[in-house]
Amino acid sequence: MADAEPLIDCDVHNALADDGALGPYMPQAWRDRREALTYLPTEFRNVRENLGDRSYIGAEYPRPTPRASRVDAWPPDGGAPASDLDFTRAQLLDRWNVEYAVLNPLLGIGEMLNLELAAVMARAANDWLVDQWLDPEPRFRGSIVIPYEDAVWSAGEIDRVAADDRFVQALMLSRTIEPMGRRRYWPIYEACERNGIPLGIHNGGWGGHPMTPTGFPTFYLEDAAAMALAFQAQITSLICEGVLHRFPRLRIVLIEGGFAWLPSLMWRLDRAWEKLRVEVPHLDVPPSVLVRERFWFSTQPMEETEHPHQFGELIEDLDMSDRILFSTDYPHWDFDSPNAALPPRLDTGLRHKILHDNAAALYALPAVSPAND
Amino acid sequence: MTKHVLCAARELAVGEHRVFDVDGRSIGVYNVGGEFLAIRNRCPHQGGPLCEGVQVGALISEEPGTYIYDRPGEVVRCPWHAWEFDLRTGTSWFDPEHQRVKFYEVQVLTGEDVAGLMPPRPGMLPGPYRAEIVPVSVEDAYLVIDVGHIPKG
Ligand code: FES
Repeated sequence: MADAEPLIDCDVHNALADDGALGPYMPQAWRDRREALTYLPTEFRNVRENLGDRSYIGAEYPRPTPRASRVDAWPPDGGAPASDLDFTRAQLLDRWNVEYAVLNPLLGIGEMLNLELAAVMARAANDWLVDQWLDPEPRFRGSIVIPYEDAVWSAGEIDRVAADDRFVQALMLSRTIEPMGRRRYWPIYEACERNGIPLGIHNGGWGGHPMTPTGFPTFYLEDAAAMALAFQAQITSLICEGVLHRFPRLRIVLIEGGFAWLPSLMWRLDRAWEKLRVEVPHLDVPPSVLVRERFWFSTQPMEETEHPHQFGELIEDLDMSDRILFSTDYPHWDFDSPNAALPPRLDTGLRHKILHDNAAALYALPAVSPAND
Repeated sequence: MTKHVLCAARELAVGEHRVFDVDGRSIGVYNVGGEFLAIRNRCPHQGGPLCEGVQVGALISEEPGTYIYDRPGEVVRCPWHAWEFDLRTGTSWFDPEHQRVKFYEVQVLTGEDVAGLMPPRPGMLPGPYRAEIVPVSVEDAYLVIDVGHIPKG
């Protein structure tokens, strides 16, 4: 696919080759304990693996495919999808002419309740990311894994690793114990700002909350259709709590949450602000201004409209053409194909921005000269 | 040149399938209970390699809470986003009118028929690859696919 348009993939989920993959990056004392601390009895873990699980508590329904992955993404060596560097290189980077891919490892670390263990695992995960992925493959960039429920420790970890500019953002998941605007998370935002990196918020997590405000749904389909709910609550909280004013250089990337709902959220927030502004007097501009200035979002899972012209209307309503970032979600089952996901009649300039330029600008990625390929 | 010899029929056992490159088209051929069914190995949704998906049955329900697992092996589920296609008709489960994958007729011909039809007689090409001529013996039966006048794509 050397003739395909070069692109930047903003959401790739590399995985551990096996349960012990972080071991070498953990202190010996924890390595010993970790064996005793394996999350689940082996038999149960096997059942979950076989049912197709990469789940956290609160999503105990089987995924449509094992590890929620593309059926063709299992490497021949038998490891988990996107656990094998060479296979990932071939099936993703080479196949689609990916100039850079941002790795967002979903290792369940942010959701852990044992914050001591989460801290050790987060540090190990970041070192593993450098050693196994960023060093051997220059096209990869990494998100900093943080145990975000311990914001003070997370801020320290951001300071430790962000000096390596291959780490392009810190990563939280969309369901946290408290809304993200609350004080307990501020040290993370401060650290992002201090280090000049955006904060990524990826769909998922747990935080003790069901996927919907009405309780735990029965089916994975309901889960897949409800991802916008947590994102809407988090955007609203971050704006209302004044986080964007307190941290005026903080940039936020919404990953895997869709975006067709964003115009209506902006309309709703603006109208509410007009009436209820006295409650949040620090909000000196309509919320939509803050959304358009400070938020970015990834495309996958693409909003597939009934009629092609509706996509054009959506882009117009959003008025955020510089903020849309293409992502595949490789190796997951709802992968978006670079040559088929975007509507075919999309304006060429906009297509190029979405596929490449917007992410290059946001993450300050060095230009790749074709001659070096 | 629309007919291609794929392989000996006995090479594709019941329950098995194989992907052939037929004149530049990737086509999956399935042996469903002794019947041979063929579809294009390209999903009409986003172009996923359809024939790398799992082969399942048609799961239907007459009312909430009841499940009928019908026609085992006659449905292929795309390895990417799990759209389901009927191997007999190429139609998708959720929108049979508008979303479908090309399907092809597979004939089982005797070695004698195939040998008689081989070049120099026109109309039949040994395949799947020209370089990989299928050796034909009269005792065997062969799978022959007709890709008709479908444009390449
Ligand atoms: S590519 Fe087959 S279902 Fe999407």
